[in-house]
Amino acid sequence: MTDHSEVDTVTGKSTTGHEWDGIKELNTPLPRWWVIAFYLTIVWAIGYWIVYPAWPLIASNTTGLFGYSSRADVAVELANLEKIRGDKMVALGAASLADIEKDPALLALARAKGKTVFGDNCAPCHGSGGAGAKGFPNLNDDDWLWGGTLDQIMQTIQYGARSGHAKTHEGQMLAFGKDGVLKGDEIVTVANYVRSLSGLSTRKGFDAAKGEKIFAENCVACHGDGGKGNQEMGAPNLTDKIWLYGSDEASLIETISQGRAGVMPAWEGRLDPATIKAMAVYVHSLGGGK
Amino acid sequence: MNKTVNPNELKPADDNAPLYAARKKVYPQSVSGTFRRIKWGLMAFCLGVYYLLPFVRWNRGLGAPSQAVLIDLPNSRFYFFFIELWPQEVYYFTGLLIVAAVALFLMNSIGGRIWCGYLCPQTVWTDLFYAVERLVEGDRRERMRKDKSSDPIKLERIYEIVLKHSIWLLIAWWTGGAWVLYFNDAPTLVKELVTFQAPMIAYVWIGILTASTYVLAGFMREQVCTYMCPWPRIQAALTDEWALNVTYRYDRGEKRTSVKKAAELRALGQQVGDCVDCYQCVAVCPTGIDIRNGPQLECIQCGLCIDACDNVMTKIGRPKRLIGYDNDINIQRRQEGKAPIYRIVRARTIVYSAIIAAVGGIMIYTLATRSLLDVNVLHDRNPVAVKLSDGSIRNAYTVRLLNKSGYDRVIAIDVEGPVNPTMHVVGVDSVTPDRPIIVVPRDSTSELRLLVTAPAENNPEKSIPVRFHVMDIGLGVAASATDNFVTP
Repeated sequence: MTDHSEVDTVTGKSTTGHEWDGIKELNTPLPRWWVIAFYLTIVWAIGYWIVYPAWPLIASNTTGLFGYSSRADVAVELANLEKIRGDKMVALGAASLADIEKDPALLALARAKGKTVFGDNCAPCHGSGGAGAKGFPNLNDDDWLWGGTLDQIMQTIQYGARSGHAKTHEGQMLAFGKDGVLKGDEIVTVANYVRSLSGLSTRKGFDAAKGEKIFAENCVACHGDGGKGNQEMGAPNLTDKIWLYGSDEASLIETISQGRAGVMPAWEGRLDPATIKAMAVYVHSLGGGK
Repeated sequence: MNKTVNPNELKPADDNAPLYAARKKVYPQSVSGTFRRIKWGLMAFCLGVYYLLPFVRWNRGLGAPSQAVLIDLPNSRFYFFFIELWPQEVYYFTGLLIVAAVALFLMNSIGGRIWCGYLCPQTVWTDLFYAVERLVEGDRRERMRKDKSSDPIKLERIYEIVLKHSIWLLIAWWTGGAWVLYFNDAPTLVKELVTFQAPMIAYVWIGILTASTYVLAGFMREQVCTYMCPWPRIQAALTDEWALNVTYRYDRGEKRTSVKKAAELRALGQQVGDCVDCYQCVAVCPTGIDIRNGPQLECIQCGLCIDACDNVMTKIGRPKRLIGYDNDINIQRRQEGKAPIYRIVRARTIVYSAIIAAVGGIMIYTLATRSLLDVNVLHDRNPVAVKLSDGSIRNAYTVRLLNKSGYDRVIAIDVEGPVNPTMHVVGVDSVTPDRPIIVVPRDSTSELRLLVTAPAENNPEKSIPVRFHVMDIGLGVAASATDNFVTP
């Protein structure tokens, strides 16, 4: 390229020989320090390749010179984190549920911990704020199938419901229609009777006396006299305003004829005891706790 | 002397100069005079404030930091003498920035680039570094000679260079050191720094500021003003015909001639200019320009050329201020035989002053009436409302109580809005029915989960405005916040 160069008269610099529309390009090389820095980065990169694990082999990769591994670093960081949190989580594990709620520092820790663990494990069914959905209980309200005290909530989280765990809650809504216990018109009648229990409107010409009789013969065993429910068996209170599977006639008919058996997994063994405790406190603090 | 000079004739004939020119090193000469004294004084004041302010103590009571000016990042507090600001109040800094910007405009409309010439950190530190250089290597001529010299380098010269850079680095290091003292208790931090117990970040920042001071004030110098700083461009748009700028009074200076020739011509009764072309104004200029070419971007208006010219004028027995703070209007007026007029009170300066007074007034008012108790409320988004088994509706809120005072507060919470509400704070047993009472420790915040329940039938509206009142039951100080109570 220097063959084409000429000296620019104004600046006294040589040109590169390139010309566009009468404008000539001055030969202004990069500053030497810049070029040296650039070459140094290349040298650095080569050294980096050799010293650190980088080169892929057929089944593995080069391990580098000093045994550095970012995975090992992460493991160390995590161990350190456990160490930092250790005392607090130990304190949480040692305190009783009631004491945690009384101690502002422990309560704040339990709520923070509980919230993150809830988001990871419970939100898929119960929603990120515990608002639930049809078939999945709302944890913010005051209606509890298996009891809403701190201890009862913790028990439900630990062992679940119909989870297969040895200590799990057991209880079944029978399929009265499918199993042939009740006939079609009986189911309609008892469904309307159940609606009347919580003050909902009933179908025209519905026989309340007949409904009460069917209810007494089939339902009282679990749902109790007057349909107040039974938390021992997870039988919901039918007189309140909260309906897990819907309160309209069609939903009730489906419930009575097909039965219901929602499953809550057991979390014992999957989460450590202190975490389960934190979660119980968090769920209780959502507002529905008794 | 009232001859007319066409300013266009003053321009040097260098229109054909190349667009690119390599930097010519500037060797400002020492000078003494009024403006030099002002500069020394302001330099001493600015540096004194910067280096010593962190050591000023301020008693705020037990447990609170006793440093007058402290930016406490870990605890998110800013202390400025009697003022303590929380993160929620950073808008005060917006006010401060507005006042600072308009103050710059005001300075500009009165006296040009006062900031650039006297107060800008770049000017102050560069000036200081020049003083060191002059002390070690000698004045302009000596420095030029030493730099140009092709003699083999001598031990004495090496000693000079090492000494100069050592002092520069010492100043730069102390500048970085003073910077970190604003972020932690100064005496403690100094002790930690000396014993290498200070946090890593302190050393990193000292390193960064040492490097930037050393490079910017020692090597970049006037290039920062001409190439890096946007202010010269902005100020050109802000200045007006009344602003006083460092000005060569060409009506008095032209035609330039030598002292001897001027005396001869004057003896003959002819008119001559006072400028004797001695180039003293150029020699002392820290940006290396010739002020006689008129106002220019590189001029930081430090006034040193005024001092240099005054000294020469005194020696040759001519009146001072051939270069002085003036404007083109007055040059024009003098040429027309009218008396110069100086107008500081103008629409522009009145408006700027009014803005500064207004923003400053608002800031002082809000600071004076600033509440030391505050409450922030955040409505639960998921779910927004919960239906309870008896059909009533409950909304949950995250309530943050802020106690900015230096003592613990006992605070009662009331709610206003929904009909017949009941309130419960998670983790707190209400002593008074439906009126939770919380203790908030001094200078801290408490986050609460607050549940408000109200019967649905009494509150048929979808969304009811709800107001939370918090009150220090000991002192009667109150604060409130609004949100909504939502029915599904």
